[in-house]
Amino acid sequence: MAGHAMSGGAPDPYSAHSSGMAHGNMTMVGRVDHDRNGFDPISMLTDWDTGRTEILPDGRTLRTFEVEAIDMEIEIAPGVFFPAWTFNGRVPGPALRAKEGERLRIIFRNLGSHPHSMHFHGIHSARMDGIQGAGLIDPGEEFVYEFDAKPFGCHLYHCHALPLKRHMHKGMYGLFVVDPDPARHPEHASIAASRVLGSPENAEWQELAMVMNGFDTNFDGANEVYAVNTVGQAYMNEPIRIDKSRPVRIYLMNATEFDPINSFHLHGNFFDYYDTGTQLTPTLRTVDVIMQCQAQRGILEFSFADHEDGLYMFHAHQAEFTELGWMGFFDVQEAGA
Amino acid sequence: MTDQSQTRRPPLIRLLLVLVPLAAMLGAFVWIASLDPLRGFNNGAPPVEALTVERAILDGSGISLKVRAGGSDAMVVAQVAVDDAYWSFTQEPAGPIARGDAVWLRIPYPWVLGEAHHVNLLSNSGATFGHEIEVAVSTPSATWGQLRLQAVIGAIVGLLPVALGLMFYPAMKGVGRRGMNFLLALTVGLLAFLLIDTISEALELSTEAAAIFQGSAMVWLAALASFLLLMAIGRWRGNPEGIALAFYIALGIGLHNFGEGLAIGGAFAAGSAGLGTFLVLGFALHNVTEGIGIAAPMLRARPALWTFAALTLLAGGPAILGMWAGSLAYAPQWSALALAVGAGAILQVMVEVSAYLVRQNADRQATLMSPAVLGGFLGGVAFMYATAALIKI
Repeated sequence: MAGHAMSGGAPDPYSAHSSGMAHGNMTMVGRVDHDRNGFDPISMLTDWDTGRTEILPDGRTLRTFEVEAIDMEIEIAPGVFFPAWTFNGRVPGPALRAKEGERLRIIFRNLGSHPHSMHFHGIHSARMDGIQGAGLIDPGEEFVYEFDAKPFGCHLYHCHALPLKRHMHKGMYGLFVVDPDPARHPEHASIAASRVLGSPENAEWQELAMVMNGFDTNFDGANEVYAVNTVGQAYMNEPIRIDKSRPVRIYLMNATEFDPINSFHLHGNFFDYYDTGTQLTPTLRTVDVIMQCQAQRGILEFSFADHEDGLYMFHAHQAEFTELGWMGFFDVQEAGA
Repeated sequence: MTDQSQTRRPPLIRLLLVLVPLAAMLGAFVWIASLDPLRGFNNGAPPVEALTVERAILDGSGISLKVRAGGSDAMVVAQVAVDDAYWSFTQEPAGPIARGDAVWLRIPYPWVLGEAHHVNLLSNSGATFGHEIEVAVSTPSATWGQLRLQAVIGAIVGLLPVALGLMFYPAMKGVGRRGMNFLLALTVGLLAFLLIDTISEALELSTEAAAIFQGSAMVWLAALASFLLLMAIGRWRGNPEGIALAFYIALGIGLHNFGEGLAIGGAFAAGSAGLGTFLVLGFALHNVTEGIGIAAPMLRARPALWTFAALTLLAGGPAILGMWAGSLAYAPQWSALALAVGAGAILQVMVEVSAYLVRQNADRQATLMSPAVLGGFLGGVAFMYATAALIKI
């Protein structure tokens, strides 16, 4: 074809065998400085915030989290800086994890420059809802949210200050996972136990926290960068190590603003999906694409036990999101390889 | 007496009188720069950023963009996305782009022949600068075959019509006073159309240029400067008439044709011209009147044969040069500048031809409003307007 001839030994953009990673030239240039950001997408996958616990007089566990709203500039793609509003200096905010039936106390301080709140998706009283008059606080103020951890499942919290779109897409969201109490679910006790962080049944699982998000860097109401856990192409540049002998469980949440839905597609494998994580039996069995609307979330379970070693891609199946940063690799290997 | 009343100061004193305000100005600048009085206005806003894509080259290695920065600070191109996909790229020279500087961005993107592509440049602050490639075609390179092909088209739209127009000279030679007036007015009319066309094209191009070039001001000032300079040169030894005036017209039309060549060449480079035979013929017909206009002031003279050849080259040749320049070294600000200079030249010949026309007639005021003159002028404008419809896309 005219104009498509190789010129002067330069790399041929039309070749299917271009050098580099599997994405060829379709890549951001450079690397994000995770140290400067103060959070690393790889460690964020397994960095659960379990707060601190004490036993109440009635024998229940009281779990206390401390969260601060902080203004912070973060690097969301190599060399591209975004003026974020964060929970605890990271986007997404800390992945809070509790157990069904516990009493939760979240001490929230607003160190930012605008009013903020924490609105939990869960069952709680109107007073604790994180909207105007119920825990929406000015800069410098503090509020303590208190409620029971229920229902079990994969949930989220986000700032509910207005305008909502701006507060959300500036980075104020995070996972809120409530593990099922096996004692309350005798019919699926072992399944429930496998979801309780720190239990022996849970130990064999490789659990990953993933928040699909996007950033509108020029504030025109459309995202320039898409990612899972904020940094575009992070898991492309640094694939997620998977021990193939252990099953994988992903707590996945969609915090993307402006685009009505986002999706997750796994290469070379299928998974079971527990929408919102509030059941112990899958909502969808043996699928390889699921979609989530804004604030929808769920649990994905799959195994690479019978697979060859190798790089298995995962990404949004909206190709636009994929090509603007939302894609990554699982680096599947034998244990200890 | 009043001239003499001022006493002549010694040279040293006069020098001092200049140096003192200069030193004061320098001192004030240093003082202002060190004091930074605008610091009080610093409200934490990010720097103003501006990026202008001046040229896009598509070839077998992908897409190359020439990008000029015009922000309040040096700018960083952090990422490049083509059609909503982040793509690898290299920048030459690398590093932050200082205000007014231009760099090349080389993007190894497999563009698709005949389709549109959108390039989005992301700065480090997340600001985006888009550039549309409306129809992707391989950018012509300076090969012998390419240059020859463009020269042929340049000759068809530039040289040929002027030569054809000049061939009417013998037929025009016999006309009387009214016929002469008609032809001169016709010339002014077609020049008036060219003036408006050239200025509007220059202004349109100047909006694509980086703000640092101050497009609109540049166009008007360049046109004014070229008008004044050519007027001064033309009147060095009296009013230009006859063959001399014909050469000035040829020069003005030549500069216009250079601009027209730039436009066609630029369209070639941008891939927007499926430059059909119809379009080329349109250009040729449009330009035939130019030859008639050049011939008009020579009707009372006895030009040698080589004069016609020289006039043809001067008026039509620049179309070829324009084609080459437009397709190989296109930049909106330089094309706008060339068109503006051409506009000044056209205005100069309009003035001179009108002056010549008036001088030819004893009853000057009445002549201007005579049917022959008005008819010629309006006929010229109308003919140009009508034939321009063939070539406007």
